[in-house]
Amino acid sequence: MNDKDKDNQKYELSGLLIDEQEDRSIRAKLWYLWRLLWRDKSGLIGLTVFLIIVFTATFASQLSPHDPLKQNLHVSRQPPVWVEEGNAEHILGTDNLGRDIFSRIIYGARVSIMVGFLGVSMAFSLGMMIGLIAGYKGGRVDSIIMTLTNMILALPYLVFVVFVAAILGRSLLNVILIFGLTDIPIFVRVTRGEVLRLREEGYIEAAVSIGQKTPAIIFKHIMPNLLGPLITLATFEMSAMIFYEAGLGFLGLSVPPTIPSWGNMLAEGRQYLTVYPWMSIYPGLAIVITGFGMNLFGDWLRDALDPRLRRMKK
Amino acid sequence: MKPILSVQNLCTRFDTFDGSVFAVNDVSFDLMPGETLAVVGESGSGKSVTMLSILGLLPRSSSKVSGHAYYSAGAGAAEVDLISLSSDELNRYRGNHISIIFQDALRSLNPVLTVGEQITESLATHKGYDKKKAYKRAIELLELVGISQPDKRFNNYPHMFSGGMRQRAMIAIAISCTPDILIADEPTTALDVTIQTQIIELTRHLQHELGMAVIWITHDLGVVAGLAERVLVMYGGTGVETAPVDQLYEKPLHPYTQGLLGAIPSIAGSGTHRLVSIEGSPPDMFQKPKHCQYTWRCPHVFERCWNEIPPAFEVAEKHFSKCFYDLIKKEPRAEDR
Repeated sequence: MNDKDKDNQKYELSGLLIDEQEDRSIRAKLWYLWRLLWRDKSGLIGLTVFLIIVFTATFASQLSPHDPLKQNLHVSRQPPVWVEEGNAEHILGTDNLGRDIFSRIIYGARVSIMVGFLGVSMAFSLGMMIGLIAGYKGGRVDSIIMTLTNMILALPYLVFVVFVAAILGRSLLNVILIFGLTDIPIFVRVTRGEVLRLREEGYIEAAVSIGQKTPAIIFKHIMPNLLGPLITLATFEMSAMIFYEAGLGFLGLSVPPTIPSWGNMLAEGRQYLTVYPWMSIYPGLAIVITGFGMNLFGDWLRDALDPRLRRMKK
Repeated sequence: MKPILSVQNLCTRFDTFDGSVFAVNDVSFDLMPGETLAVVGESGSGKSVTMLSILGLLPRSSSKVSGHAYYSAGAGAAEVDLISLSSDELNRYRGNHISIIFQDALRSLNPVLTVGEQITESLATHKGYDKKKAYKRAIELLELVGISQPDKRFNNYPHMFSGGMRQRAMIAIAISCTPDILIADEPTTALDVTIQTQIIELTRHLQHELGMAVIWITHDLGVVAGLAERVLVMYGGTGVETAPVDQLYEKPLHPYTQGLLGAIPSIAGSGTHRLVSIEGSPPDMFQKPKHCQYTWRCPHVFERCWNEIPPAFEVAEKHFSKCFYDLIKKEPRAEDR
């Protein structure tokens, strides 16, 4: 242990890492982030799950042992490898048409991540802009935006989504658009509420008192304060979207059956639940683990993004 | 010499659901270059609102400011009436020529930006400094306000600073563009006595170094005595007495100031007598004043006090008091001046 490490330890013991970001290089920042993660194991688990899923979705074609669409009735309804009649060729078994479940789960991650990520990005960016305008402008603009927002929020969410999905038809783009648009009001609300609170903060008055102009105040002083809560909300919304996508798939309203998705797999497995349970158990597990991981990650992110909470634990 | 800031007949009114609040009623004062003016008065007397009005920091929708605040940037420079400017025009002066430091330094620093970022911000806006130049200047400023290891502290977040250091950082931001006027709005109230002394010393040192005028708002008369050259006493939203500091302590010529000074506990006292207080409570700010606001509590009140608002009488050299009662002759003032 060299002197610097000793120094760090001293600060850590005092509960506050004084030399945080002393070295502003990217390597130092990553190293700092890593230590922060290492201290909060649930965040580490969440991030790992998240990264694994993103990695799987990205390299699905390289990772999957079989073509997820290739049917082979000779090997249909095979149980997973650790069950007596299992076959090492199909680790998690096959479905009623002989398609490899493991490969289908890997490909299914693509749909989930696409819907979650693109849907949230859309809701996040649009919702934040609208919320900023509503919160900072106030007055009539604010009332109009909030009335519209409340009207959309008053619609029963899932029923509305099912309704739109039924009209627009089954395609990945439609699902993303539906989730992206219907999620905007939540981001508008949170953003607006935060802006209303932040607008009254002493440091906003202080920023005005040193002659900062309105755009500088919105983008430099208010927005960084928003990012923490909004990114946290985004991770939670992302896991919610993954759930809802699976739900829509289960109802047969998500992506077409030709695209493997976790929801579609659940729907197909439902008919065989008592005899061939592995057909629905593993895609179900994939959904649960993803949601769990994302929520853990979101919790950790909330702490990590707020400099006030960036004290070293223990 | 021409005053650097001349406030004339400043009035501020807030419109609320319960009616109008008359927070500042006819305040006038001059500030000379390099001078320290202390503004004293109890809570709600309109000290802070006066300063916020001058800088246009009150919400424009719910407040109404009238009067004038002429600022002239030095000999020969044109006078500007700060009250008449729009916020965009005011932005050229705020932080550049006139700075303010607030009472609660933690609330005044953005928690998600580093202290360094917040110091360089003002330099970039007003002086157009690039990153490198602003960094250099910020380090100088941090050193100037007495923060050790400024290069390390530059990248710290406000929560990593102690209370005194935060106020020092706020002062660094305020003086970053070497303003002509520094308004200190009770900057030491939230600090303990030791730090309070340090901050006062620091401000005095900086004032000497940079040659700026300081308006020091406080309700601590002990601070005033050691710091200011001139004092403005405020009561009920108006300046009731202005005097050089020695004169004010020696010979207060407004009943309110007398009461205020009489209420200071003294160490020399035997400790057997009770502390003196001013009877009654501050005036109702929902009424537009039609007479002197101190009448309800004044020991010398007579009929005229209930009918007119007293003008500022020059009771001694550079010593003004808004009172119809002549405290030297112990009788109502005969002449109108």
